[in-house]
This record gives sequence, structure tokens and C-alpha cells, in this order.
Amino acid sequence: MQLSCPAPILRHETVQMAHGAGGRLSQELTRRVFMPHLQNAILDQLDDQAKFDVPPGRMAFSTDTYVVSPLFFPGGNIGELAVNGTVNDLAVGGAVPQYLSAGFVLEEGLPLAELEEIVRSMADAARKAGVMIVAGDTKVVQKGQCDRIFINTSGVGFVREGVDLSCRNLRPGDAVILSGTIGDHGMAVMTTREGLSFQSRISSDTAPLNGMIHAVLDVVPGVHAMRDPTRGGVAATLNELASSSSVGIELDEASIPVRDEVRGASELLGIDPLTIANEGKLLLVVPESGAAAVLSVMRSHDYGREAALIGRVVDDHHGMVVMKTPFGSRRIVEMPLGEQLPRIC
Amino acid sequence: MKYIDEYRDPQRAKALFDEIRRKALHEWTIMEICGGQTHSIMRNGIDQLLPPNVRLVHGPGCPVCVTPLESIDRALAIAARPGVILASFGDMLRVPGSDRDLFMARSEGADVRIVFSPLEALQIARDNPDREVVFLAVGFETTAPANAMAVWQAAREGIGNFSELVSQVMVPPAMRAILSSPGNLVQGFLAAGHVCAIMGWEEYEPVAAEFGVPIVPAGFEPVDLLAGILLVVEMLEAGISGVRNAYGRIVTREGNPEARRIMNEVYQVADRPWRGIGIIPQSGLVLRESLARFDAEKRFDVGHISPRESPLCRSGEVLQGHLKPSDCPAFGCECTPMTPLGATMVSSEGACSAYYKYHRNTTP
Repeated sequence: MQLSCPAPILRHETVQMAHGAGGRLSQELTRRVFMPHLQNAILDQLDDQAKFDVPPGRMAFSTDTYVVSPLFFPGGNIGELAVNGTVNDLAVGGAVPQYLSAGFVLEEGLPLAELEEIVRSMADAARKAGVMIVAGDTKVVQKGQCDRIFINTSGVGFVREGVDLSCRNLRPGDAVILSGTIGDHGMAVMTTREGLSFQSRISSDTAPLNGMIHAVLDVVPGVHAMRDPTRGGVAATLNELASSSSVGIELDEASIPVRDEVRGASELLGIDPLTIANEGKLLLVVPESGAAAVLSVMRSHDYGREAALIGRVVDDHHGMVVMKTPFGSRRIVEMPLGEQLPRIC
Repeated sequence: MKYIDEYRDPQRAKALFDEIRRKALHEWTIMEICGGQTHSIMRNGIDQLLPPNVRLVHGPGCPVCVTPLESIDRALAIAARPGVILASFGDMLRVPGSDRDLFMARSEGADVRIVFSPLEALQIARDNPDREVVFLAVGFETTAPANAMAVWQAAREGIGNFSELVSQVMVPPAMRAILSSPGNLVQGFLAAGHVCAIMGWEEYEPVAAEFGVPIVPAGFEPVDLLAGILLVVEMLEAGISGVRNAYGRIVTREGNPEARRIMNEVYQVADRPWRGIGIIPQSGLVLRESLARFDAEKRFDVGHISPRESPLCRSGEVLQGHLKPSDCPAFGCECTPMTPLGATMVSSEGACSAYYKYHRNTTP
């Protein structure tokens, strides 16, 4: 039989408005791009909600939205970041992350190959972190209404018994420990961004920290606080901790690990590495007596090999972070203002 | 990291501190010209470790700080015009104009872009032939050659949609203004290393001779700064004026003649208002008449600009070394980096921002 009107094209190279309209193309997108990578017993039901069993005790719930540009950067992409980010936000609260949802806002015209690459990375990251992506949603917006792809991930985890992590728990005398070099993620993104044309070997540190965090808590359950210093960097996170606990924090400049490449790029751009985002680093505050054990567990872990004791909590300059310089002077480590502004000369 | 670590070496720094303490027998007030030096001094706490009789005051060498409010208001007015792309170094975006800054203009729909080099702005012009691209060309002699190069290239390639809003200033006239001002406290200078890399130090010799002061080109790392301070102290104690170089690995007497050639080809010297200070004769650069088509001020008629400075801001006194930022009544109260009354609180090189950032409660 001869068809009298052209059949709709079902195999596209790029995202079309119809991919988000709930019809045949939406189905095709799910079948071709999402399911092959993300499938698991819960998601495969394709119901409007995920259903799972819950153990007794407390749950943790977190959400974050990812709008990074460029989508692909040395060391990772937006998909990996979206999974690791929510995994880490749950884990630093002492929760074992279990189930994630993923919401996508796609810009019309996004190459499907790029979308698939991102989804594949999300699946890999979920596997690595030991979590399942059990619910999802996709919307498509017209060209110019978003920057290619925005991803929201939300997640739930189950809080370990006997663990009490809070930004209000810091006590004078506590040790401040950092899991490794700072500024890698932010600098990898900044140096890749259009317009910044120097070559660098800086890679994002995006990583799931739940494995290391729970290894630490197995040995030292009395850790006072944990945070992953993402936007605003170590400077923002420590200022928040100092202010929430009404204590001071004193850092030792010489002990803070920074890669030479990151230092070099920071010098050129006039940006303080302490204010640059990390996506796979852990800041941890622990009573002095537990510091050595924490450091030893972290250093035996892939994501904590360069862990270092970088400072102490003090009963002085409450709400402020102060840096001891190698020259013996002191300066305030300020809460960063907002957007990083490269200097003129 | 090579060329950084050796100039941040605590042992070398300690030896220099000891030497300064030994040599400085009288009270001396030394001005570091450049905002980059001010920040390094504050960040590393060098001022805390100097003997009390060696006092540092902070100079006007922050290009963002001395750009007149009128230029910022003009940039805001040009950016608001349809079809314009305003390109600027990042520092300028947060500097408050009379009623808003460039970030606010951007959120209202203006196309304002951060660039790292004026040649990037020129590339934006090549890529957008149907738009007008305006580069906010601010800075001292350090940025002038690159800013000049952008115009030189545009002229050579016949790029018709590129222009510069020029607010270029120069160090020696500002030094003369400071030394001639009635309340002057400055007895010696650390000259700005990067400016001298372009201009050399020859042009400082007449200033040193006329006012009988020591002038020492110095770098930005702690060891560089301390070596510069030591040299100024030694000259002051010995009663010697003149220019001696403490930044030998970067600065020569002649500077960079090729960079100066392109500067002179594109710009000419003119009187210039400095924010907070006023007009300093022959202290600025403007585009030569033959290149007037690249002058955004002439290209865009934005009507009369009447800037309104905050009556509380005393940045002019700060920029001339008359007032320490922390002694300003508005410091840390009405005026903070989140609510800056003047550009010295905004720029990463501004003295007020350096004090706020590093020492707001630890400075006695």
C-alpha cells in the first residue's frame, strides 16, 4: 500500500520539541537513550513513581540542580557531576545514599549523541557510588530557553545509627581535615570555558565520596561535621561552619594541598584557590583524639590519598576563619562574594 | 612552582625583615604604588611584621579605583543601547556607577561580557559584524599596550564595529600630584613592577630628582616587596634620592620599547580626571585624532552624564596615602564589599577591599 502522507521521522540526530510532548517521540527517547543505560528493577516498571522498601530509622533527602557550562570538561561531564553531587550531599550527613531521581530540561537541538554520553556517565557514576536512579522526567524547551541541558537530581539515603553530623557541632580543639587538593573542579571548568585559551592539564575531581565517608565513620563514629566544599570552595564552607557553631577556625596556609597547575592558573587569573569549587573533596571536623585515625583511613582511600590536617577550631574570633601565613602573620579568610572576577593586571 | 616559591620563601623573608629592622633607625613612610602590591602586603601580613617605624601607605595604582564615575556611567549608558556588546575586564563589572553596576545592567538585558584580553573583544567584533562591540579600556601603562594593539589591529583589518571607551592613566603624574599635595606624608616609593616592565625606570629619575625621594621598582611576591622596602629604607637612612631597581628579573631602565611604540601610535597624552582625586594634568591617554572612529565616547552620544558620588566615601584621601582605609568612618559600616560606596572597596586591588578582606578585625 502506498502511504499518501509522509510518515513522521522517528530517528532524529538532535532533540526535538516532540521528544518532550509525551507521544511517540518521547517514548522513543526513553527507549533509545535513557533505558539502555539506566535500567534497573525499579525504573523498569515505568510507573509514575518509584516504590521501594524502607528500613527503620531516619532518612535523608537532598536535591540539587546542575547547569554547568561547558557540559563536558576534563575529568567529567554534567551527568557524572549530577549523580556525584547528590550522592555526596547525602553522605556528608551520615546517610547511605540509595535512590536518586533525575529530571532533565533539554534545549531543542541538543545532539542526541551528547545526551546519550551524559546519560551513560550518569549510569556509570550511579554504579560506582552504589545507588540506583529510580525515577526520571524529561522536558524539552525551545532553543534559547535553556543552555543545552539542565539536570536536577534528588536522592534519599538512610542515616547510620549513632552518627550525629551537624554544622553546629564544632568544638574548640577539634581538628579540621581536608581530603585532598583544592580547586581542581572549578579550575578545570574555568580553563575550558570559551574565551580562556591556555592549555592546562587540570582535571575535575568529581567523585562519589560515600565510600570513603562510611569507611571513616566505621572507625571514628564521633566525627563532628562533614561537608563537601563545592561552590564557594573551602573558604565558604569553613565560614559557614564557624558561623553555625559560633567558633573560630584557624588554618595553616602551608598545609593546604593545591596542585601546581591550579596554583599557576589561580595566580594568572587572580583567584584564590580557597574560593574555587570542588566536586570530590571532603572537609571534616573531628575531636583531636580521632584525627590520626581519620587521616589514616582517608589516606588509604582513592579519594583521600592527599588528605591533610589543615587547621583547628579555636575559642577565638567567633564566626571567622583566620589563616596563619608561612611568614608568621595572620589574615582573614573571607566568605567569597559571588562570581569570581579575574583581575585586570 | 618556579618563579613563585623562591619569592615566597619564609626563610628569605625572615632574613629581609631582620635586615629592615636593623637598618631602619628613623621613622619612614613609604608608599607602594600598585594595588597588586597592596594586596600582596595585606594577604601576607607584611605590614604586621615590619618594625613600627616603617609605615606603608597605599597608592593610587588600582585602575578600577581611579576610573572616574563618569566613565562608568557612560559605559552603563552605552551598554543599555540596543545592538551593543560591552566587553570588559571582570573587575569593572561590580564597580558601582551612580545608581547601578554592569552586573545589574546585564540582568536587565544588556549584553555585557567578561574578557581576559582586549584582543578577545576584537574577536567578538569579528564574530558579530552586525553588532557594535565596545571595549572598556581601563588601566595603567601595563594594560595600555594591549589595549592599543586591539585598536591598531582593528584599524589594519578595517573592522568598523569595534571601539574603545578609554580611561587610561599613568603613574608618574600621579606621583608628582601626591608629592606636591600640601599634606603629603610619603618619603619614598615602591614603584609598580609591571608598569616599569613596560615603561622602564628612566621616567622616574626626574621625579626622584625634583622631589628628592628614593623610588624603587619592586615586584609583588613577599620577598620582592621586602627587598624593595629594604632598598628604600637604606636610601632614606643614607639620605640618597634617585631610582634603584629591586625587580631586576623583570624591569630594565629602558622597559619595553616595542610596547611603548604601539602605545604612542594609538594614544596621546591628555589631562585626565582620577576618581576621588580630581583632574591630574597630562596623566591620561586618549585615542589619537586619526583613530577617533574607534573612540566609543565620540561614537555613541549618550547625552549629558552627571555622576553622583557618595558624600561618605573618602577614597580620594585613601588613594593619596592621607587616610588608612580602617580609619574611614564608613569602613565596615556603610561601606563593605557587598555595599561599596567607592571603587576602592570593590576592586580586587583596592586598598579598602584589601583591608576589609584580610584584616578588618585584626588590624589595630
